[in-house]
Amino acid sequence: MADTAAHLDGNSLAGPLSEILAVEPTAAWWRCPECARSGPLAELHVYGPEPGLTARCPGCAYIALRLVREDGYAWLTMGSAAGAFRFPTA
Amino acid sequence: MRPVPWRPARLLARSPQTPTARTLVFSVPGWPGHLPGQHVDVRLTAADGYRAVRSYSLAAPADGERVELGVQSVPGGEVSPYLADVLPVDALVEVRGPLGNWFVLRPGTLAPVLLVAGGAGVVPLVSMVRAHRAAALRGPLRLLYSVRGPDDLWYREQWADRHADFDLALLYTRVAPPGDRRGPERITARDLAAAAAALGPDGTAYVCGPTGFVESAADLLTGLGVDPATVRTERFG
Amino acid sequence: MTSFSPGFQGRGRRPADRLPPGQYPTEQFPVLSAGPTPKVPTATWEFTVTTERGATHRWSWEQMMALPQEDTVHDIHCVTRWTKFDTHWRGVPLDVFLAEVDTSADFAVVAGHGGYTTNLPLQDLRDGRAWLVHSYDGYPLSPEHGGPARLLVPHLYFWKSAKWVRGLRLTHEDEPGFWEGAGYHDYGDPWREQRTWGD
Repeated sequence: MADTAAHLDGNSLAGPLSEILAVEPTAAWWRCPECARSGPLAELHVYGPEPGLTARCPGCAYIALRLVREDGYAWLTMGSAAGAFRFPTA
Repeated sequence: MRPVPWRPARLLARSPQTPTARTLVFSVPGWPGHLPGQHVDVRLTAADGYRAVRSYSLAAPADGERVELGVQSVPGGEVSPYLADVLPVDALVEVRGPLGNWFVLRPGTLAPVLLVAGGAGVVPLVSMVRAHRAAALRGPLRLLYSVRGPDDLWYREQWADRHADFDLALLYTRVAPPGDRRGPERITARDLAAAAAALGPDGTAYVCGPTGFVESAADLLTGLGVDPATVRTERFG
Repeated sequence: MTSFSPGFQGRGRRPADRLPPGQYPTEQFPVLSAGPTPKVPTATWEFTVTTERGATHRWSWEQMMALPQEDTVHDIHCVTRWTKFDTHWRGVPLDVFLAEVDTSADFAVVAGHGGYTTNLPLQDLRDGRAWLVHSYDGYPLSPEHGGPARLLVPHLYFWKSAKWVRGLRLTHEDEPGFWEGAGYHDYGDPWREQRTWGD
């Protein structure tokens, strides 16, 4: 685990999200529904990468998205509730 | 647009930056080019199929198929010690990129730019310095580079050969070289004050380093009145 | 086929009888996180069980420590494919808490400080198969491993063993938790490799 810190930031999601998104996502704007802070995806705090990537609001830790990857699939959940989209990635 | 593909990357050369940091130069056929500040994912594959992926910043502006990375070897790490000291020259890894569209310096930027680096966080920022040097038309660029001591300094030849409109301040945190009047200490508001003022309303600050360094430098900048929306950060482990 | 990264071995991985499919043994105890590590003082710590009818049972830290304690040794299996043999824990069997609770619920949602949740059948928390643990290897459980107290359900993948545990909510329906709602399996049996929804 020495290669990983407590958290990285949304810049590190560029590669993983490139597997399922057509548009480069790190400059995408996001507004936190909990504390109303806004900013680009690049500035979110990102925990993981295992068992999944969890991106949180830098202000209040509200969950912005989760990304779980396995061979051939990526599961993307937007927001804090349950409900993942499973994308084929192979 | 399709997913960014994994491309074979052949190690052309490796050179030491510090006792534990290395520059790795790869040749990547089909490399589409990149912007200063962007990074790549590097993928390693063991004989039994096990794979590990880590992100590394690009250290030089686009130059055909040539891709230069900066790797800090982390003791006990799974990937960085392998890249730093084991991967043979002429061997292949896979890279995916260029990645990131936020922590980038666009060519032709005329507004003031402030770069704040902590340790190995200098890697994406030196790419911006090198692009700035190569451009004929450019605004003022200033780099504040925080390192533990003189032995931890990356890219010495770059700092020895200054160019117009570029200003550098080295901030030593543990050991300062003889003649350094600041004395070793962590980055302070005093170190950043003049640079923050020079940013003006149109400038952009780029802060890169370990998480603790980034949080503290970004807080100092906003404390000095810099609009948080103009401070771009990148953290690494 | 081209060979990439010659000589790269990664973490050691070898088979063993006690190793579920797709796992490799490790001597380390990796820390996986999905958010900031919460600081939970034992002075205000509380463990609650809320039934499907809304009745809430509470235990303070002192009350929990006064319950019958067990020392227990288990292999733990993380869905990220590491298995750690013979881990030593001390804590209270969930049976002790549940003996005081009148319920006909079939499922439990486990909640931890910091917002983490995980779901499992209530039956899997009974019959000496689950503990609320506060010590690891003879020492108080450290915050990065879920201290002051976490759940331990060693027969399921380790994400079910919620860190910083603060309570159970008993339900008639199975409600997906933090990772179950993001792609991971509702049950998570390592011997059947129930990693994600499709497994």
